[in-house]
Amino acid sequence: MAEADLNPSAQVVTLKPAKGWLGINLKELWHYRELIYFLTWRDIKVRYKQAVLGIAWSVLQPVLTTAITTVVFGILLKVNSDGLPYPVFALSALLPWHLFQLSLQKSSVSLVGNSNLLTKVYFPRVIIPLSSVLAALVDFVISLILLFITMAIYKIPLTWNVLWVIPLTLLTVLAALAVGFWLSALNVQYRDVQQMVPFLIQIWMYATPIVYPITTIPEGTFRYIYSLNPMVGVVQGFRWAFFGGSPPDMTLIISSLAVLLLLITGLFFFRHMETTFADVV
Amino acid sequence: MMDSDLSILVRGIGKRYKIGATQQRTDTLRDLITAQAERVGSTLRGKRHQSNDADHIWALRDVNFEVKRGQALGIIGRNGAGKSTLLKVLSRVTDPTEGYGELRGRVGSLLEVGTGFHPELTGRENIFLNGAILGMHKKEIEARFDEIVAFSEVEKFIDTPVKRYSSGMYLRLAFAVAAHLEPEILVVDEVLAVGDADFQRKCLGKMGDVANSGRTVLFVSHNMSAILRLTQDSIVLDKGKVLLRAPSSEAVDFYLNRGLSKLGERFWEEDEVPASSAPFRPLAIRILDKAGQISDSVRSVDPIRIEIDYELTEDVTGLRVGCYLFTTRGEPIFTSFDTDSEELFKEYTARPKGIYTSRCIIPPDILNEGRFLLGVNASSYGIRRYFQDDQALSFSVDASGAPGTHWPEPRPGPVRPILGWEIKQKGSA
Repeated sequence: MAEADLNPSAQVVTLKPAKGWLGINLKELWHYRELIYFLTWRDIKVRYKQAVLGIAWSVLQPVLTTAITTVVFGILLKVNSDGLPYPVFALSALLPWHLFQLSLQKSSVSLVGNSNLLTKVYFPRVIIPLSSVLAALVDFVISLILLFITMAIYKIPLTWNVLWVIPLTLLTVLAALAVGFWLSALNVQYRDVQQMVPFLIQIWMYATPIVYPITTIPEGTFRYIYSLNPMVGVVQGFRWAFFGGSPPDMTLIISSLAVLLLLITGLFFFRHMETTFADVV
Repeated sequence: MMDSDLSILVRGIGKRYKIGATQQRTDTLRDLITAQAERVGSTLRGKRHQSNDADHIWALRDVNFEVKRGQALGIIGRNGAGKSTLLKVLSRVTDPTEGYGELRGRVGSLLEVGTGFHPELTGRENIFLNGAILGMHKKEIEARFDEIVAFSEVEKFIDTPVKRYSSGMYLRLAFAVAAHLEPEILVVDEVLAVGDADFQRKCLGKMGDVANSGRTVLFVSHNMSAILRLTQDSIVLDKGKVLLRAPSSEAVDFYLNRGLSKLGERFWEEDEVPASSAPFRPLAIRILDKAGQISDSVRSVDPIRIEIDYELTEDVTGLRVGCYLFTTRGEPIFTSFDTDSEELFKEYTARPKGIYTSRCIIPPDILNEGRFLLGVNASSYGIRRYFQDDQALSFSVDASGAPGTHWPEPRPGPVRPILGWEIKQKGSA
């Protein structure tokens, strides 16, 4: 694997065969920060080109899903919502879920979608799934406004707990990035992945306490296993940060550890596969 | 560490590809799982995982060379000789399988102009995006923005999405961005094969400037005159190996006299045809003399027949198969397609799958004596280029017996037409 000494006065790039498993070169990533910015910007720009409502879709989509979920699960099925009004209950979970889902959808196909870049120019390949996830993050930040509007409507007081949204969002991004590394790298060789992603997302959504409260899951060992799903801790934390209710406990710690494990393995797997991207994509 | 006056150093670089890895897509998760299981099995039994050599080809093997700072090096070779693989390794798109190399300075690669252009974005937006992809910093792009726009000649449309551009405008903009990238090492692959003659001249001029400004240039082209004009030294690649490193004029002569088929006929083996050509598969191209014999040397006073055999593995609409004629220096003489005539164009709008021959005749007294290169192109206009080989075949023309040969001097120029001279005396002294 080629590694660059990025000091401009003595830029010597070495070419040699890739050996073993490679870590990540943060210095090089920093050097390419503008490319990360431009690719993220491109993804956002292109997504809403020629759409009359433009970026308003990033707010409309969660509103619409919340409405559907409220009708089906809140009104028709009368699912227990932990004492919160159902729309509030659903929205607080759907926002971070949307971030995760969009990141996954976009990042899993990102390498294949950018194959013309992979076969023509060098840059650290992690930039591609990374910028897909960052583009989804921009949508998410805009959609956060919905939560504040909802709080105002339901007269829920703002507390310092809201600041927890920052680490929780970071956790979501890392989780999406981790899964994105795995899926995008696998998809380069096995296009089965992109066929599987929609189902994966569906299963994942029902494995996360979005339409039902976490109290549905029996406490104890089973709840802990359930919390290996990173989104369990995130969703639980989001609800609590904005609207109170049951605070995140062990679930958040287990979820964070799961993210860490996925992220490290994902990154190594990605870097290992990276050396053949240009040849097989 | 290499000497400081060297810009590129390559030692024993090799690149091996798995046969079919890029052409077939039989890879599925099931294959992965069984392969992994086998690997684990053989590791457990204490056997090293050995890849079978028959499943692989070496696109490059044992390549050694160095380039001094500020030198322009040409890379010549037939299609499939390993030129593109070499450029990919040097621009770090793919890793070598073996060997070692060092590059001093930023490498800018023009493996294809317009890499990363997005049709939905405007010209302005694409300049920034493409610049960033090619490794420019935002500040550099801003500083050169006006220059780029002026070079591209698309000022009026700079805020229009590039999907509304004509193909000429698109190419000009793409090349303009690439041309203003100022890396220490510039790697260029056939960018000059695009655009009209004017634009090509402009591109060549720009390339010359880069080479003259003390930066290192690696230049791959089938255009021998461009190689001669822009490079001092060249390497000749064949079957993944470097055959010769010499001053460009010597290398070009070596290449022209050696590499190409000498028998007046060229066949394409299956592995010589890129998978992307499908459904078009070239089979053979040949030159026939007046007597219908395959010949490497034909007479200028006789008609010269060209035949192209090919197979269509599917029905193709709008296909045109044709040939280019070049001088050995790579300057084009003519381009002609089998459906140039109105009747054939109408009759062959769609060609069902099957094996075909397209043939044509170069009338007598067109070509001058000398050696010529014949190229093949199969494309559907405005849709897709299936196949192109600019040096499919070379042949010689002998001008003996042609008008004017009673003077034994060589005549410059690739053509020797009969111009129907008349001489009239306007009056007597």
